Amino acid sequence: MNVLSLIIKREFIAKVRNKSFIVMTFLSPFIFVGLAALVGYLSSMKADVKKIAIHDETGLFVDQFENSESYEFQNLSAIDVNIIKDSILSKAYEGLIVIPKKDNLNELQNAVTYVSDDSPSMGLVTKIESTIEDKITNINLLSEGIDLALIEKSKAEVSLNLTKASGEATVKGLNEIKIVIGGAFGYLIFMFIIVYGNLVMRSVIEEKTNRIIEIIISSVKPFQLMMGKIIGTSLAGILQFVIWGVLGGLLMMITTFVLGLETGSTMPTEAISSGAVPLDTDIVATIQSYIGEILKMPLITMFVSFIVFFIGGYFLYSSLYAAIGAAVDNETDSQQFLFPIMLPLMLAVYVGFFTVINDPHGTVATVFSMIPFTSPIVMLMRIPFGVPVWQIIVSVCILFATFILFVWLASKIYRVGVLMYGTKPSWKELYKWLKY
Amino acid sequence: MHSILEVQGVVKKYADKTALNEVSLSIPKGSVYGLLGPNGAGKTSLIRIINQITVQDKGQILLDGEVLSPKHIRHIGYMPEERGLYKSMKVGEQALYLAQLKGLTKQEAKKQLEYWFEKLDIKDWWNKKIQELSKGMAQKIQFVVTVLHQPKLLIFDEPFSGFDPVNANLIKDEILELRDKGATIIFSTHRMESVEEMCDHIALIHKSNKLLEGKLIDVKREFRTNTYQIGILSSNVERLMFQLTQDFKIQPTQFKSIHDELQLEIDLNSKSPNELLQVLINNGQVTHFQEKIPTVNDIFIQSVSK
Repeated sequence: MNVLSLIIKREFIAKVRNKSFIVMTFLSPFIFVGLAALVGYLSSMKADVKKIAIHDETGLFVDQFENSESYEFQNLSAIDVNIIKDSILSKAYEGLIVIPKKDNLNELQNAVTYVSDDSPSMGLVTKIESTIEDKITNINLLSEGIDLALIEKSKAEVSLNLTKASGEATVKGLNEIKIVIGGAFGYLIFMFIIVYGNLVMRSVIEEKTNRIIEIIISSVKPFQLMMGKIIGTSLAGILQFVIWGVLGGLLMMITTFVLGLETGSTMPTEAISSGAVPLDTDIVATIQSYIGEILKMPLITMFVSFIVFFIGGYFLYSSLYAAIGAAVDNETDSQQFLFPIMLPLMLAVYVGFFTVINDPHGTVATVFSMIPFTSPIVMLMRIPFGVPVWQIIVSVCILFATFILFVWLASKIYRVGVLMYGTKPSWKELYKWLKY
Repeated sequence: MHSILEVQGVVKKYADKTALNEVSLSIPKGSVYGLLGPNGAGKTSLIRIINQITVQDKGQILLDGEVLSPKHIRHIGYMPEERGLYKSMKVGEQALYLAQLKGLTKQEAKKQLEYWFEKLDIKDWWNKKIQELSKGMAQKIQFVVTVLHQPKLLIFDEPFSGFDPVNANLIKDEILELRDKGATIIFSTHRMESVEEMCDHIALIHKSNKLLEGKLIDVKREFRTNTYQIGILSSNVERLMFQLTQDFKIQPTQFKSIHDELQLEIDLNSKSPNELLQVLINNGQVTHFQEKIPTVNDIFIQSVSK
């Protein structure tokens, strides 16, 4: 067996046998599903009905407030405001709406008060405001002699139909689906780089602290050792992701069945496929058209690009992690070097979620999908929106050229660094190592 | 004698300093070769070049007459000064892995490993992790790992630092046995007295330069000072001293003895030992007569100050 595959095998086995790896691999899906189930359960619970008192001196508005699932309104107009405030409010009510008597109704616009010790939710504030607004507006309209029924009749509602130039109909909300899919891919790469890049770094540091490194590199080239580590660790990571995927999927299905509808809202497709929801034909049609749209996305391009960018991005970053591991003696020393690595990664995620959503083919998004340190994330988020093939190719070429350059640079730092003990290197020192 | 390793004019510079300056060595096959010098002399740099961990800037190295290349890795066994093992890996697996990295097949590695485990009586450690072993036990494994692939050339950097005396002795014996079976051993150390007894060849390295190299006996002969330590029970010390100062340089000295004698260190001053002995015998009873052989340390100090 050649040495590279030996190293890959050892790294893989060392990672997979590690207790924390095993625990994480098999526990995480349970934690995740447990959390999801908890959220589903909590959101399905009925919230307490909150009682709101109304003291309406005009008598015009009291009937306009309709009770809802969350709020129950009670007319306390007969009782003096101060008495309500002093004795009743704190005992039985969430809050009190005070509508004073005014000669001119328009003066009410700034005169209504909401009294409560807790700050009210935005929803409640909007509800109160709009209820009073509507009533005043209606009274005003009536006083100007305008027929309310007429207004109601003249109201029009427009629903925009989306089509492409080719004439195919598209579905609303598709951009959101695209950003979710692209975002999931990009985020997956982001997480993978951070988690497994760190593992690579730790494994390098471990060899240094165990002092076995010199024995190893008297047998193999540092470059081989570094690549073996990166590949072996990534294989362990991929295995972990696959197990998570399978376990998570299984558990999700099981919980969906067990809890019936309760997680159904978060997992519409599964709930539907399990037949737990009484299906409306309209919903089916819409879902079918969504699925059709998803299938129409450049799926093969997306998948191939995901693999290519995943490999390029992960290798680029983990070679940097390996170099850092080689340069320091322990993990605490690595912080100053880790920050510059995190920066472009965070930037990529922000650009992805803020710029790509609004303008997937704008200058900012395009530029960041070319820069090798951000392209694996940004480009993947752009691809569902349809990126010209030449751009993908250029981006991949830049990524892999940078990847080769950095692996080469990192292996130089690695070569020198693994044999350095007791020195906490500065950036200047690292630069010197490149020239050794 | 045929030399297994030829170091020819090797230069190694780091950014701001020279680690090796035109160093040439010739290491005879089957020898125990001491690479001696103080800390920072360049020994480790040279050893790392021989192990192909780093590359020299100039010069070349021949192993068995061939320019050193990656295929020679399996012929060299190296125990670095900074040594250790994977703490959370099992002993057997770890040794197999390291031997396979050196180019052995798994079967060969297993066979060798069983031989060594049997020999050192550590068979039941196979499935233990290094972190479960004591330091002394780990040292044995460290040694096994170094020699497992039956290298022609064994390099030990500061071999006995960190080893407990029992293991150090055990390993000394094993090393000499390997030498008898045909391996060549290089010891690198700054504690020059520690390996003096084992080495038959030495080279002294100081401040990136080789000061001297050769058979230990030849080097010692070259540096002999023709000085003798003598002990004598004399009834007439004054006459003895008078006669001695005629022909020799004398100075008082001290060595351990069971007699209450006069102890002197005498420089022959181009006379022969027999002439000295003659004078002594004429003046009393000689209890001690020994040539003062320079230690490697003496030789080193002398060469540096030259």
